[in-house]
Parts: sequence; structure tokens; C-alpha cells
Amino acid sequence: MAKEMEREGIPAVHICTIVPISRTVGANRIVPAVAIPHPLGDPCKSKTEEKSLRRALVEKALQALETKIEGQTVF
Amino acid sequence: MGPWKAVVYLNQFFGGIGGEEKAGMEPVVRSGPVGPGNLFAELFGPEVEMVATVICGDNYFSEHLEEATERVLALMEGFRPDLVLAGPAFNAGRYGIACGSVCNAVVDRLGIPAVTGMYPENPGAELSRRSVFIVETRGTTAGMREAAEKMSRLAGKLLRGEPVGFPEEEGYLPRGIRRNTFSAETGAVRAVKMLLQKMKGEPFATEYPLPAFDRVPLLPPVDRMSRVTLALVTSGGIVPRGNPDCIEASSATRYGKYDIGALSEMTPESHETAHGGYDPTYANADPNRVLPLDAARDLEREGRIGKLHPFYYATVGNGTSVARCGQFAREIARDLIRSGVGAVLITST
Repeated sequence: MAKEMEREGIPAVHICTIVPISRTVGANRIVPAVAIPHPLGDPCKSKTEEKSLRRALVEKALQALETKIEGQTVF
Repeated sequence: MGPWKAVVYLNQFFGGIGGEEKAGMEPVVRSGPVGPGNLFAELFGPEVEMVATVICGDNYFSEHLEEATERVLALMEGFRPDLVLAGPAFNAGRYGIACGSVCNAVVDRLGIPAVTGMYPENPGAELSRRSVFIVETRGTTAGMREAAEKMSRLAGKLLRGEPVGFPEEEGYLPRGIRRNTFSAETGAVRAVKMLLQKMKGEPFATEYPLPAFDRVPLLPPVDRMSRVTLALVTSGGIVPRGNPDCIEASSATRYGKYDIGALSEMTPESHETAHGGYDPTYANADPNRVLPLDAARDLEREGRIGKLHPFYYATVGNGTSVARCGQFAREIARDLIRSGVGAVLITST
């Protein structure tokens, strides 16, 4: 989906757990996530810790969107 | 010569241990055949004995690719097998990646044949088809017997040291290997025949398919996210409670567009997951774990994001064909561009 959105001209960043799938299908900006059933969270942490973990991932994704890349990049 | 010993690799589901709630399990060994292993045993007869089955959860494998591969390999090595059979994985992405990775390691490090089976769109196929024999299967388990027959036929040839035919004869996915063969006609004659077939609109088969690398040109970075409207999109199936658009739990045929203009976060009361391919416990308890609305709102309030688009889009990426996901994405992208959105954050489970 990231690839096809970029084909339409809108930059997309992909936060995902299984990075090899994203690479194979062709996303250009990839941010690795935490785990399959909770990519942007961790039920073992406290609510506050979990939210700051999620925030950090979203911030990393925003930075990825602002970064010039030379090829498929895993951030 | 036989009898030979084979070890089978299965995920938690085909290994009879459980569904998504067991997808995090670490590798275990069962002696003898389990599930599809019984079918392999039947097809091989006394020629090959299924000595053991190694079972690992799909999530554990995909989240610890290298470590899981090492552990599965070590468990298999203990049985001194002559052959490893993995799956078949059909169109299950995590399972396909695991089967491909196991077979790769087996061929490379144990020096014995390994055969798996996948639907051609399985992401595991693209990752491993060059190094591993992957038999082409149907998309669902309805193709189990057919897949097991092809796998055992090919594996038998490899065990006996017989020459393996071309992909279309044996039913495996092309590995990108070129082999010299003799033809009764010269290249010029064959080329002209092919050209004539093409001109008449008749079917013809190329002798050298060109690789299809489907990539999109890199887009320049977003200048400043603080000046841009960002949209959230997910393939993790987060929908308003009750799933108003009835997005399917697998092989989705549609996506939804949902208003979040007045919401500062996702709650278990407001949203849930419709995805049938992962344990929904954590996403249902806190849907922000899949669609990070709470964090994105904070960053919008602080000015790090210019504006959060008042709608998010969701579908279920579970056995959903690549072609269909592409179509969803193009439609969503056009809608977003019309609305002045400048960047997209996609999350996947």
C-alpha cells in the first residue's frame, strides 16, 4: 500500500513488524515495529511507558518522511 | 538409497497446537509426523520415514527471524535427516517466511534437500525462491493434497539424485537458474515462430522472461512535517466497534474511511480490530497499539505535525491479494491528495 500511494505521488512511511515483507513488496521508507499483535505498543509496560514508546515510533516515522533517501531504507 | 529420514517443519496451527493465541510459541519437537506430515508419510510410503516434526509459532518466527532459524535448525540437525519438508504455507505470509528461511538454512548448512510449498504471492516466495525449491500451491488449504503430492514427488527426485526438470514440469516456482539444453530448431527459427504466433494473437511462451522489479521512484522528503497534513492508514483492521463496513477478517475486499476529527485517542469502547490473522487481545484492549491516534494527536498539538487528517483508512491485510491492496491504496491516495494531505503513515501488524 505504501508503494502504491507513492506511485500516486503522496509520500508514505510504513511502520511494520515483518520488515522483510515490506522490503519485498516495495515500501521505500520502513520503520520496524514492536510485535505483530501490538506493533505500536507493549502490554508488558506501564501505560505511560507504552505511550512514550508509541510516540517515539511515530516520531521516528515523521523523521523518516523528512529524510532524503537513496534507496529503500529501514530506519 | 532409502529408506531415508525426513523432518517436517510446521507452524503452531498445522502442528495442532493452537491458533493465533499460540502464535508466539518457541520451537518444539514432536516425534514422528503431525498434521500434513501424515500426508507426506502416506505419499512416500516406506521409502521415507517422517522421524520428527519441528513446530514454531508464526509470530515468534517472524519476530526473531535469525534466532528462530538457528533454533529450528539445531533441533532438526539432531535427527540427522536426509530431507526437510516445510509447510506447505499456501498464502500465509508469516508461515511462508518461516518455511523459506528454514529451507534456506537446511540446504545451506546441512547440505541436504529441502522442499516447501507456497502460493506465488506469498511474500516468503519472493524471499526464498532463488535458493529453495518452492512448489506452487493454491492460496488456501483446499490445495493441501495437491501441494503435498508435488512436494513429495520433487523431494523424492532430490533424494534419489534424479535430474530435476523445469519449473513448469515439476510445479515449483522458477529459481532464476539457466540451464543449457538442446533444441531441434535453431534460435532464429524459434524466434520467428514466436513472432508469428504473437502477430496472430496466439498464445506463446517466452524462453527468457525478464525479471519484473516492481518498484516506485523515490519521492523527495517532506520539507517540514510541521506544515503538512498527515493521514493515518492501517492494514491492521482497526474499525469502529461493530465493524460497520463489514470488512472481512481475511482476504478483504474493501476498506473503510472513518471520522476521527473529534477523537483524541482510540478506546476499547470506540474501536476494535476486524483482522483475523493475529490474536486480537492487545489491539482490542488498546487500539492505539495498531493505529497510534493518541501519540499522533499529541504531536499535532505540539506542532510537530501540521495537522492530522480528520479521517483514517483501514483494511485487513490477511491473505488479501497484493493486487487488491494496491487498488485500495491508489483509491485512498487519490482521495487524500484531493483533501490536501501531504504525507501518510501506514501501520501493519
